[in-house]
Amino acid sequence: MNILDLLKSLLSLSLGDFIRRNFGTGPGTELLIDLGGVVILSTFCLLIVIFLIWLTRKIVARMQDRIGPNRVGGRFGLLQTVADVMKLLSKEVIHPAGADWVAFNAAPLLIVISALLMWAVMPFAPGVIGVNLNIGVFYILAISSASVMVILLAGWGSNNKYALLGAFRAVAQMVSYEVPMILALLVPIILASTMSTEGIIAAQTLPFILFAPVSALIFFVSSLAETGRTPFDLLEAESEIVAGFHIEYSGMKFGMFFLAEFLNTLFMSGLVVTLYLGGYRFFGLENWVSADGYPYGRLIGLAAFFAKTFLLYFIYDWIRGTLPRVRVDQILNFNWKFLVPLSLALVFFVAIVDKLIPPGTNVVVRMTIHLLLNILIAAVALELLRRRGRQNRLAMSAGGGSGGVEAVAGHGGGHDDHGHDGPQPIEDVPDVLDTPLGAREPVVIPVH
Amino acid sequence: MLAEWQYIGIFVALSPIFPLAPVVLNRLLGPHRPNPIKQQTYECGIETVGDTWIQFKVQYYIYALVFVVFDIEAVFLFPIAAAFGQLDLFAIGAAVLFIFLLSDGLIYAWSRGVLEWV
Repeated sequence: MNILDLLKSLLSLSLGDFIRRNFGTGPGTELLIDLGGVVILSTFCLLIVIFLIWLTRKIVARMQDRIGPNRVGGRFGLLQTVADVMKLLSKEVIHPAGADWVAFNAAPLLIVISALLMWAVMPFAPGVIGVNLNIGVFYILAISSASVMVILLAGWGSNNKYALLGAFRAVAQMVSYEVPMILALLVPIILASTMSTEGIIAAQTLPFILFAPVSALIFFVSSLAETGRTPFDLLEAESEIVAGFHIEYSGMKFGMFFLAEFLNTLFMSGLVVTLYLGGYRFFGLENWVSADGYPYGRLIGLAAFFAKTFLLYFIYDWIRGTLPRVRVDQILNFNWKFLVPLSLALVFFVAIVDKLIPPGTNVVVRMTIHLLLNILIAAVALELLRRRGRQNRLAMSAGGGSGGVEAVAGHGGGHDDHGHDGPQPIEDVPDVLDTPLGAREPVVIPVH
Repeated sequence: MLAEWQYIGIFVALSPIFPLAPVVLNRLLGPHRPNPIKQQTYECGIETVGDTWIQFKVQYYIYALVFVVFDIEAVFLFPIAAAFGQLDLFAIGAAVLFIFLLSDGLIYAWSRGVLEWV
């Protein structure tokens, strides 16, 4: 055991091996390594959010033709987020009257816990992973579904109507988009025949986005909805329900929701990279081991992983800076009537076709067959969508007064006769309670 | 295999510390002067009317119900996908039939108009 050895293993991201070499491989050593791993990983996650918030503010500002943070910490405002954290720490935490104490206080803690725990199976570089669980992807799904419950807890516990509306929207949206997400996730698992995140990366001699671009796209769209980002940010739509489920939170408790949102977005970028873009793979350089036995290639792997992840993160921010919010019925229709059938068909055909390809086939041939299948499925789906859209347009123009636009136009004639510019009442409002299943629950809160 | 979960166990045990520390620090550093007006439920400048915990629109519930079907499906499909390399064509046929039955459930829900937002 000498200092040079320690420095070399630190530099090559193999501190665990160093400890094992010098202290043996007993259960005590393993406990120490795991404990150190947890502390390092959690600290890293919490610190990178400070950078992420600055990055997002800078990117979105540039897209909106602003400069963004530029005072605190030099020209680029690098310390702006640190100053914001200081401010949040010195704010009063207001506990609203009538709030459920347990739910209100537990939610900010639980949402960060659920955001942190997912990182345990994220592979940063070869061997640099919290723990390589053999059910890694399943574990991620299990933890990420828990955050739905936490948001409901926060919305319900606040005793605020906006918060409750936001929470119900969040549950409807996140629960719905979990279905195409799960189904899209099945495709890389089928292709790799394993659920372990490192195993999936090891199977990607060619990145899976070439095998399954449709699955990658479905996963990406669902992850937007799962993290509640634009265009699916209905759960906190500030122009409708002010801030959604975290409206009553102040100080650092609000900060915890903010932290979890950014952490989840970075995690989703990392997950897309791991599942579809080859993770830390960089032309085999990531496995390079130096002559004296230190795996310096891990540094290249780490750099490749973060380069890909931040590229994805930039795309998330790009969407945030570009797209407007969609309506709640459009969100749910898009999910249940397009994404779910599409991902079902995808899993269906990928399972059959991959089994029909003989096991020893060249990976390029296998990739080409899968790519052609994906293009075919996408073409059929888009054609169906096009026909459906045309039908809807025809029905709308043939239906006369039934369409919303016609209803307004039909009353427009009376506009001048009355001699005022007030909005005319629309008489063709559909009966809200006339649901096909005969649901006759009293509607107390008007929902859009 | 159980040793892998030691890491998760330690993580679960330690993870409450990370969000708890800033929240407690905030409580110590920040002022604490509650008064009834400050603690009122926020609602765009007017006083809130009635209770928040009331009956809610049934539509959300139906989406959740459809979701449960697919979530259970996932539990069955993940093992099949993970063991995909070792399965023969017959087993895949069974799995495909399973997916087909679930799509049938979706089509049924769709045709009954459950998926219409009202």
